[in-house]
Amino acid sequence: MGYTEADLAEELQSSEYKYGFVSNFETDRVEKGLSEDIIRLISSKKNEPEWLLEFRLEAYRNWLNMKEPEWAHVRYAKPDFQDITYYSAPKPKKKLNSLDELDPELKSMYDRLGISIDEQKRLAGVAVDVVIDSVSVQTTFKEKLAELGIIFMSFSEAVQEHPELVKKYMGSVVAPNDNFYAALNSAVFTDGSFCYIPKGVRCPMELSTYFRINEAGTGQFERTLIIADEGSYVSYLEGCTAPQRDENQLHAAVVEIFAHTDAEVKYSTVQNWYPGDKDGKGGIFNFVTKRGLCDGDRSKISWTQVETGSAVTWKYPSCVLKGDHSEGEFYSVAVTNNHQMADTGTKMVHLGRNTKSIIISKGISAGVSENSYRGLVQINKSAHQARNFSQCDSLLIGDKCGAHTFPYIEVKNKSAKVEHEATTSKIGEDQIFYCQQRGIDEETAISLIVNGYAKEVLNQLPMEFAVEAKKLLEITLEGSVG
Amino acid sequence: MLKIDNLHASIEGKEILKGLNLHVKPGEVHAIMGPNGSGKSTLASVLAGKEDYEVTDGSAILDGKDLLDLEPHERAGEGLFLAFQYPVEIPGVSNINFLKTAINNIREYRGEEPMAAKDFLKLVKDKQQLVELSGQLAKRSVNEGFSGGEKKRNEIFQMAMLDPKLAILDETDSGLDIDALRIVANGVNQLKSENNSFVVITHYQRLLDYIVPDVVHVLYKGQIVKSGPKELALELEEKGYDWLKETEAV
Repeated sequence: MGYTEADLAEELQSSEYKYGFVSNFETDRVEKGLSEDIIRLISSKKNEPEWLLEFRLEAYRNWLNMKEPEWAHVRYAKPDFQDITYYSAPKPKKKLNSLDELDPELKSMYDRLGISIDEQKRLAGVAVDVVIDSVSVQTTFKEKLAELGIIFMSFSEAVQEHPELVKKYMGSVVAPNDNFYAALNSAVFTDGSFCYIPKGVRCPMELSTYFRINEAGTGQFERTLIIADEGSYVSYLEGCTAPQRDENQLHAAVVEIFAHTDAEVKYSTVQNWYPGDKDGKGGIFNFVTKRGLCDGDRSKISWTQVETGSAVTWKYPSCVLKGDHSEGEFYSVAVTNNHQMADTGTKMVHLGRNTKSIIISKGISAGVSENSYRGLVQINKSAHQARNFSQCDSLLIGDKCGAHTFPYIEVKNKSAKVEHEATTSKIGEDQIFYCQQRGIDEETAISLIVNGYAKEVLNQLPMEFAVEAKKLLEITLEGSVG
Repeated sequence: MLKIDNLHASIEGKEILKGLNLHVKPGEVHAIMGPNGSGKSTLASVLAGKEDYEVTDGSAILDGKDLLDLEPHERAGEGLFLAFQYPVEIPGVSNINFLKTAINNIREYRGEEPMAAKDFLKLVKDKQQLVELSGQLAKRSVNEGFSGGEKKRNEIFQMAMLDPKLAILDETDSGLDIDALRIVANGVNQLKSENNSFVVITHYQRLLDYIVPDVVHVLYKGQIVKSGPKELALELEEKGYDWLKETEAV
């Protein structure tokens, strides 16, 4: 018997994981296990329309016939799907009266990440005071978006308020039977985010789940749907550098992006889920399906991710380049330390003419971790003059970790131009010694070298996110040498 | 300033330094010459604290502190600087960021406040002129894509920025053309004061035309076998090292 939810819960209580916190949920739960009845119950609790229930049930029936994928270069005890509680509506976290009540360890982590006091309060669930009224900030924010016709709300709200949009686009990029975990998500997802940018609108601010205050914590099966209508632009931020723990071990999210003609979507993620302890016990399994469809001509989707958390990561943010002259980008830094395992990369599927894609992946492995890049560049027959450039670099810290690169290239059109570069290097003792000789201690030296190495990707992140992400890399790699 | 007594050091069980003695006073420039494999670069590495070397005996005191007890970055904090023979490239890390980190780490070690950004930039501006380094170079990644001469000038620039008590120049002249050599030497001469000292490791007398040493030592088989005034360098240039080997045999 593998590691169970109960073990995780217990460990979260007693663990040394100094950066996280456990919120004591009072939950409205359904019984454990998965069946059509449970799905009907979830759907009715959420007051969903009939078509959505059908969507879920169809996904579930497909899922029953699917096998859990085993091709990824990761090892873990498979979850027992009948031992999971699929619906629990979490109540708000316990309110703190001030930051003084916050776990000093967590406070220090926030400080080190450079998270502002306001933000700290929000993250920690400190009751808002007169001076910092985040509720009013949020209201102003919502009003501004509404003026532009931008819809940004929870997925559940969107189902109620904009069922026609949800119905039209949901499953259009990631089909409910796309893969094992996407099917599971489609059957049992509880909530997530929905975003619609109308024609010709340039969203004036970075849209972040921060603002759609998620006091209730993150769902286990989240679903995000972003639709960028003709000529629109949005930059969307997911996650945050602040460490996140969760009572659920398995996370299987689905993110769909639909870009119409001339639309551009920039999607940035910083993922810092609980990675398990130093001995590899516990930690979150993060099995995510993220895909963007460049449906219209000249549309563009750009993924940037900084992955530092989770015990096991299985994630391939992809682009389907259907529109002519459409572009896909993937910039990734994936760090693994201790016993973490990550199998991550992207898929660029070229269908339209003159489509372009770029892949920059930087893997960093430390401890006894395993870090794999897996990427597919597929140039289909119809994709005349398609171009791809891929660069996959791996950096090793210490001599007990692993870095692997699995590039797949399929070219069915002779006019394509595909370039692939890959390097693997060990962090140079010479580099570290050089820094030390200049007065820089070993850990600072490593973080300096690593940040330099990952610079190309970090530069893609919105400014504030980038600053925090740099510090996050530093903290993640602490104690990885010596 | 620097007192090295009976220093023994080995790498992978092979003894390279065999009881080396060297005393350098404040304000002095000492040159260390010697044939290949005599232990010149080993001496520089051992003083800087490179892990690969094992010190088996002896002491090395910098301004009253035993260097051998300290971590490499602490030695830098105590005022030791090594200009590397082969400066390392650090992609993606700008020279400026690198130096700022170094300076502030050293200041922290000394219990001082971080340097104000304004002061730091002024210092960069002043010091890069010293080695005729363009502002562009200071913004580039540490040594990445630098020519051999640029790398060596960058070492001297870093030295100027960190203002060490004792600087060791490990074959800084190797691979330099005459103009670069002059620039590097000028930089060193301008930094020289009554309060700091230099140990210049070189194969060639040529550098010593520009950086005039107070004492010249000959390192041979892990020991200083001969010391003398600057004229000794000329003699070595003329006669090579063989006559010393003969002397030793006698």
